[in-house]
Amino acid sequence: MAIIEMKNVKKQYQTGSDLVEALRGVDISIEAGEFITIMGQSGSGKSTLLSVLGGMNHPTSGEVEMAGVKLYQLKSEELADFRAQNLGFVFQSFHLIQYLTALENVMLPLAIVKMSTAAKREAARQALERVGLGAKTDRLPNQLSGGEQERVAIARAIVNNPHILLADEPTGNLDSKTSEEVMALFRQLNEAGQTVVMVTHNPENGAYSDRTIHLKDGLISA
Amino acid sequence: MKLHTISINNLKRRKAKMAFLTIGLMVGIATIVTLVTLTRSMSNDIERKMDEFGANILITPQSNGLSMNYGGISLGGVTFDQREIKEADLDKVRKIKNNKNISSISPKVLGGVKVGTHDVLLVGVDFAAELKMKQWWQIFGSEPKGDNEVLLGSDASNTLNATSGDNIEIKGEKFKVAGVLNQTGSQDDSLVFMALPKAQKVLGKEGKITMAEVAALCSGCPISDMVNQIAELLPDSKVSAIQQVVAGRLKALDQFKRFSYAMGSVVVFIGSLIVFVTMMGSVNERTTEIGVFRAIGFRKSHIMRIILLEAALVSLLAGILGYAAGMGGAKLALPFMAETKNAHLVWDATVAFGSIGLALLLGILASLYPALHASKMDPTEALRAL
Repeated sequence: MAIIEMKNVKKQYQTGSDLVEALRGVDISIEAGEFITIMGQSGSGKSTLLSVLGGMNHPTSGEVEMAGVKLYQLKSEELADFRAQNLGFVFQSFHLIQYLTALENVMLPLAIVKMSTAAKREAARQALERVGLGAKTDRLPNQLSGGEQERVAIARAIVNNPHILLADEPTGNLDSKTSEEVMALFRQLNEAGQTVVMVTHNPENGAYSDRTIHLKDGLISA
Repeated sequence: MKLHTISINNLKRRKAKMAFLTIGLMVGIATIVTLVTLTRSMSNDIERKMDEFGANILITPQSNGLSMNYGGISLGGVTFDQREIKEADLDKVRKIKNNKNISSISPKVLGGVKVGTHDVLLVGVDFAAELKMKQWWQIFGSEPKGDNEVLLGSDASNTLNATSGDNIEIKGEKFKVAGVLNQTGSQDDSLVFMALPKAQKVLGKEGKITMAEVAALCSGCPISDMVNQIAELLPDSKVSAIQQVVAGRLKALDQFKRFSYAMGSVVVFIGSLIVFVTMMGSVNERTTEIGVFRAIGFRKSHIMRIILLEAALVSLLAGILGYAAGMGGAKLALPFMAETKNAHLVWDATVAFGSIGLALLLGILASLYPALHASKMDPTEALRAL
């Protein structure tokens, strides 16, 4: 059963006097438990596609249905709640909060959840252990290597057991060895049942996924 | 991890910026506290001084007769065509609307008597009330106790050639001179003071008084209102205020107060601007961070709470420090501003809580727009990487 359904999604931007068509009618169907990589060159519309999937970017037209919910029929605050309950984000530059420790960064999505602090700490600790960082919970981001920061970002994305994990160029800032470790980690999470949608420009990453969607000029090319 | 953890940790990280923000608001609050406390302390100082000045309201009989000067104050005719006030009427004075402002009432009966070959003015007073009102009196000897003791002014003592311990004879009765007043430079120097009931008997004016002096303590209370209230109750008497000196001082103080508030408002306005600009800068610096919060599902209200909580914590600190600094400033400035050396600083809980409350209110108000701006940030714009 499809957990994500995109039908004829179009997204246009107005930049000055120019009309940019980032997505020109995209249809995607993703099954629960799938690992999908979305590839394409710079400007192909892959990042726009991910932000539309993440409930953060209203498409100009078309429909996005996720876990049975028509995403863009929700109000702004309902969308925020949907993101909190169903989505996990891994950003290209990690975007860890510099003044919070690894454990606190992972606990961040739980700050708005009604749970005891002890339960939040336990959930964050478990998430960090799943990404292999159980021993560095009290480190600040600047005390961690790039690969470790990426792992913290992944732990933050999975701490609330989201239906879908969205990742934007997660290996973009990592060396090849660390990239392989991170991709293996995503694969491992996927094998444990996590649906993963990853935007990447690195063809080698496609080997870890079940399916690769190629985007070109705002359209699926293959 | 709760929302306040984010606020507190952010404040800890941005120590320099938050210190700047705190100091900006603190200076404003401290200025207000200093000025308010100074004006209050100075008012208090003047109020106390008014008490020391003695009477500031005079009740005299309506009189068309010869006038007589008492302490530079014009009284009704006291020599021949003399009218009196009923002593019982004085109780009415204690029932006026502003009766809480009455410090003391000193009734007097006046009359000319012969002591030996000399004509002197005998004044019957309530010694307790009189001494409370005329704290500058210095007595050689002791205060008169009982009906058969008198107090002499310094000139009267010289003229009658009597000093403390001596006896004088008035209308066939012997009175012991309990004490002699040090020179006051006033009418008091030539008077003979006696206990009121005895003097009334000696002068044949039982139950009557010639005048009464009222000491009203207040800087804020309207003496003219009190004069009117007394005059309504005693229609046959003339009630007048001796308030020019004090009123002049209070007017100057009032002008200082207005200037203080205007100056305080400007400083507080600048403090609020500092909070606004700093919070706005802080929000803009944290665009990515706020984008992450929004992306992981924080509501707009969550973002606002984080920003406003930061503002509230900083403002609270600024309020407490501002109050402390303001009181310190007032303590240092008071000796230069007050008229007496022993002017006391007024510690007032209203000023303490008011200043902290004002800091909180200003800090939060000035951060409202930055918080709203942050909450409305588009997560995709905030996270340019996406």
